[in-house]
Amino acid sequence: MTTGLLELSGITKSYGSRRVLDDVSFTVAPGRLTGFVGGNGAGKTTTMRIILGLLSSDGGRVDLDGTPLTTADRRRFGYMPEERGLYPKMKVREQIVYLARLHGFSKPEATERATALLTELGLGERLDDTIESLSLGNQQRAQIAASLVHDPEVLILDEPFSGLDPLAVDVVAGVLQASAARGASILFSSHQLDVVERLCDDLVILAGGTIRAAGSRDGLRAEHARDRYELISAGDAGWLRTEPGVTVVDFEGGYALFDADGPDTAQRVLQSAVARGDVASFAPKHPSLAQIFKEVIQ
Amino acid sequence: MNASTPARNGIWLVAEREIGSKLRSKAFLISTGILLLIALAGVLFGGFASQNNDAMPVAVTSETATAVSALPDVEVTEVASRAEAEELVREGDVDAAVLAGDNAAGYTIVALEDAPGSLVSALSLSPEVVILEPVTTNPLLRYFIAIAFGLVFMMAAATFGGTIAQSVVEEKQTRVVEVLLSAIPARTLLAGKVIGNTVLAMGQILALAAVATIGLIVTGQREVLTTLGAPIIWFAVFFLFGFILLAAMFAAAASMVSRQEDIGSTTTPITMLIMAPYVLVIVFNDNPLVLTIMSYVPFSAPVGMPMRLFVGEAQWWEPLLSLAILLASCVAAIVVGAKIYENSLLRMGSRVKLAEALRG
Repeated sequence: MTTGLLELSGITKSYGSRRVLDDVSFTVAPGRLTGFVGGNGAGKTTTMRIILGLLSSDGGRVDLDGTPLTTADRRRFGYMPEERGLYPKMKVREQIVYLARLHGFSKPEATERATALLTELGLGERLDDTIESLSLGNQQRAQIAASLVHDPEVLILDEPFSGLDPLAVDVVAGVLQASAARGASILFSSHQLDVVERLCDDLVILAGGTIRAAGSRDGLRAEHARDRYELISAGDAGWLRTEPGVTVVDFEGGYALFDADGPDTAQRVLQSAVARGDVASFAPKHPSLAQIFKEVIQ
Repeated sequence: MNASTPARNGIWLVAEREIGSKLRSKAFLISTGILLLIALAGVLFGGFASQNNDAMPVAVTSETATAVSALPDVEVTEVASRAEAEELVREGDVDAAVLAGDNAAGYTIVALEDAPGSLVSALSLSPEVVILEPVTTNPLLRYFIAIAFGLVFMMAAATFGGTIAQSVVEEKQTRVVEVLLSAIPARTLLAGKVIGNTVLAMGQILALAAVATIGLIVTGQREVLTTLGAPIIWFAVFFLFGFILLAAMFAAAASMVSRQEDIGSTTTPITMLIMAPYVLVIVFNDNPLVLTIMSYVPFSAPVGMPMRLFVGEAQWWEPLLSLAILLASCVAAIVVGAKIYENSLLRMGSRVKLAEALRG
């Protein structure tokens, strides 16, 4: 059994004279959820299609556990395309069973898995309804079932959360986390940066066909933290404005958000704050994913 | 989980889905039922019509009784006198009366309004006729059989060719094709589709052949069955490969468009190819040259060769040679079709140009 470490190195792709991917390299590690973010037309879907073998790249390679990806490997992949696709007139469970069988499961096994997964995703009552009779949100759940039913080693999900209500987002996120906990490598793209921030372990940011940032979420946040601190104290925090090496970003009564020119300055500020009265909270303020995103794509 | 499941498993799964979804369509089942009923009705009607040679009622006197009774298709009523015979003719009880006459022929025929041609010629002394190139088959029967082969070929090919085209575009339009291709290669998908629809089309052809055979036996047309038996079997064999050829072309053509509305723009030329044999065989079913050409061109061979076998014009080796040509074109169509299909399947939006689809 392979572990499922997916590694892209130096992937390039052009459509005609337009280069859509340029030297794209990143890894998707087993047991982790990797968020894949980028603006419209950044090349996310193209990258995913290349991983799935639906498109061929002009250069570079995709390796699984250090060896080039084969068609047989890809049968253990799960894929959810951006444009949703299932047979409209086929029944929900029948369809998921069919896909599981295409991935190599026997009929009884496939039926058992499809039933369990659809029930987990909240479609237990709709197993014998046709896809076209489901609401868009429920079609989306069926689509997720289609990508997960064969318990894939690697999961590639293009916008799995678009069109879902907040409750459904939680259901799907739960299913993905469970899958990662079983050891799957998961790459998912999303425009909902708050969801990505909450869910992902690793992050890849793509813009204009090039990788702008890649690594663990916490690592990236720390990397992009600019010694920004948040102070909440009992007294008025106005004194901070005259403190050397400090730039106040936001200020109101006992609340202040400031940039320090170094860790020493921050320590000095904390000590003076404690000397001036009760400090409720003093913490480094990490930038949100949305901030990092804006910063790196510029 | 068995990751090394052979490709044929995938092919069969795809074929099974194609067959299953068609068999569950009420429209398909009803139209197949109607088709079989029409075929049965046609055979039965043909049978009864051919048996329905009413004997002509003829009045005779004792002098002519022996000679007239020996003629085929007459129903003889013997009367005592000329007056009695004329009376029967006038009242319409008989179509004609044959009386002794003192002319050269020795008979006088009495009829009400028109001379009964068949009776006149039957009682006449005809000169000997030598036909140098005898027509071996009844021209009317030949015409009907030409229509039957042409129609069955066109309908089955158009129905199931259309089905495969729609099924290819449905997968593209709903994007389910991306999910499918992440599980199985494009060639497996194509093979499954072609096989599934070929099984359906062959099923329909065999059902029609069975209905025709049973109908011919029931109506006692065994002599037609003897001459038609071999051509029907050859038709089935040619249809099998002819349909695979067309199915590969339909799938490839359909994969070049992304919406059901656009199917016509790429499949129309193939539909023309299917209609051509039907039109040609009806117009030229008595023209040996056209039939010979048709029997070797892969698209019309399934109609042309059985037709020539039926009229007894083809040598024993000809169907084999034609089948070899058909097989070779079949292989070529599959190779080229698979290439177009693989290259076009994931290109959404406007129609893929043929040159691009071939280049990849």
